[in-house]
Amino acid sequence: MNVMIRWGLVLLMAGVLAACAQPKRDLTEAERQAMEAAAAEAEAAELARREAEARGLGIDRDLRADPLDDPQSPLAERLVYFDFDRDTVRPEFIPMLEAHSRYLSQNPGARLRLEGHTDERGTREYNLALGERRAQAVRRIMTLNGARDSQLDVVSYGEEMPVAFTQTEESWARNRRVELVYDVRR
Amino acid sequence: MKKRVLQAWLLGFLLLAVGPASAVLEVTVTEGVTGAIPVAVTPFAWEGPGSASEDVGQIVGANLVRSGLFDVLARERLPQAPDGPDGFLAERWAAVGAEYLVIGRMRPEEDRVLIEFHVFDVLANQRLGGFRIPVPAEMLRRGAHRVSDIVYEQITGDKGAFSARIAYVGVTGQGDERRFTLEVADSDGANPRTLFRSNQPIMSPEWAPDGRDLVYVSFENRRSEVFRHNVETGARSRLAGFSGINSAPTWSPDGKRLALSLSRDGTPNIYVMELETGGLTQITRSNSIDTEPAWSPDGDLLYFTSDRAGSPQIYQMRLPSGTAQRLTFEGSSAGAATVSPDGKSLVYVQGGEGGLRLARLDLETRRVTLLTSGRYDKSPSFAPNGSMIIYSTTDRGRGILGSVSRDGRVHQRLAARSGEVREPAWSPL
Repeated sequence: MNVMIRWGLVLLMAGVLAACAQPKRDLTEAERQAMEAAAAEAEAAELARREAEARGLGIDRDLRADPLDDPQSPLAERLVYFDFDRDTVRPEFIPMLEAHSRYLSQNPGARLRLEGHTDERGTREYNLALGERRAQAVRRIMTLNGARDSQLDVVSYGEEMPVAFTQTEESWARNRRVELVYDVRR
Repeated sequence: MKKRVLQAWLLGFLLLAVGPASAVLEVTVTEGVTGAIPVAVTPFAWEGPGSASEDVGQIVGANLVRSGLFDVLARERLPQAPDGPDGFLAERWAAVGAEYLVIGRMRPEEDRVLIEFHVFDVLANQRLGGFRIPVPAEMLRRGAHRVSDIVYEQITGDKGAFSARIAYVGVTGQGDERRFTLEVADSDGANPRTLFRSNQPIMSPEWAPDGRDLVYVSFENRRSEVFRHNVETGARSRLAGFSGINSAPTWSPDGKRLALSLSRDGTPNIYVMELETGGLTQITRSNSIDTEPAWSPDGDLLYFTSDRAGSPQIYQMRLPSGTAQRLTFEGSSAGAATVSPDGKSLVYVQGGEGGLRLARLDLETRRVTLLTSGRYDKSPSFAPNGSMIIYSTTDRGRGILGSVSRDGRVHQRLAARSGEVREPAWSPL
């Protein structure tokens, strides 16, 4: 390439860069800080919105005040596991279910979906019925502890929605579950 | 009511517009009968301009091999085939080891194709029969299945079931990306067509006795509901969406009623629905799980799964509402019964130490025969001629279909090229 043209291009690019940088130089320190703060705030709001969305809310509320989001609370536990072909709720899950029942009785507008699931050992339609039975067993404990029947929805997915996919006792145990899903939180 | 029907039709129309199926099935015979009958099937000559759209001779041969009863001779071993029934020389075919010979030719006639074929018994040195069947030009593949049915019947004396179709559930992806499809394919897995797709589970497809409609369970509204779906028009309507679970629908042999399991009153019981009126009759009244109903061919009996005695077992009940009689006692559990077309036996899923396997119960002698040796063999469905049972199984954790001959001797697997397939249902003939 011709040396003259090459230098011409370099100068031209330098000019363009200088033009781009121009407005920033005119900002006062206070203005710059304000802009940065606004950007950080927008970012935090976006993060909160996405977190809310991920929890199935899709609305921005003051989430920090919600006990359902406190990882230290028994309310953070949302899974009940079962033995093979059984719908008996094991004792270790009772305190957690009592906490959710209390929350529901204190928040009469809240609605909770109880999703029953099974492992793959069993025929499919039988498993659909077994999943329902597990969710009903959880519902019984919760209504005995103060939740209203109208706050609880029972759904069964049988073996159709596994969360673990290996054909091992470990996977089966994770799939034999009732999931507590808050459709309305308060 | 009129408006609802119209909506169902519109919905059906939209659903028909979905693209081609991804779940093309590939068949492998894993275990056949020793001493399968050697058959020669010559290429079917095309007597028209251009060439045939399908290799009919090849399709017929593949079908016969798939039945497990036949060994089809490689084409390069075959001597020159005669043009018609008169040029048959038994010794030339005996010399290459064929016990039966099928020859054929095709001639286009306007928008149809005329398939003419002959079946010979080489050892007896005689022609068993000659046939001429016209098929619409674009349905040559179905014509080939029809030819296979006739050849099968000529040689074995039993009706063929190659023209029947299979419906099944396809699953692709994992987690939030999981997609479910309802597919219908030829009995050899060819021509798969997606009837319905959903990001929620689809379960329990079953054919109407006229082969025009399917019933199945869909979770599209986030709960189990029963839908009816016309295979030709795509018309679709919801049959059962009661509170609780709506599941395990199966058509009565006369096509007028549906048996299904509903938990609308708290626990799942068997009900019969009149399809014309939607009226329900409760058949079982128990606090146990009663599900997976199956009709006897005369429509007088229902077989179903119940855990009223602790573990799930199969019971029978005479309609309209007799007492339930327990039928299964072997293994730790039993369920998902399918009735043979002659009504003489049940094939069901037997649970035990080794996992879930298919077993056949002879309803007269009460003898039980294990048919499969897998660990997750489920959802059995009888072929309409009773020769085979198709079912769900797994291969290294992946859902595939298996089929087994009625006597348990011939085994095949049908796997999708991608994704999983399960819950097959064989259509009526």
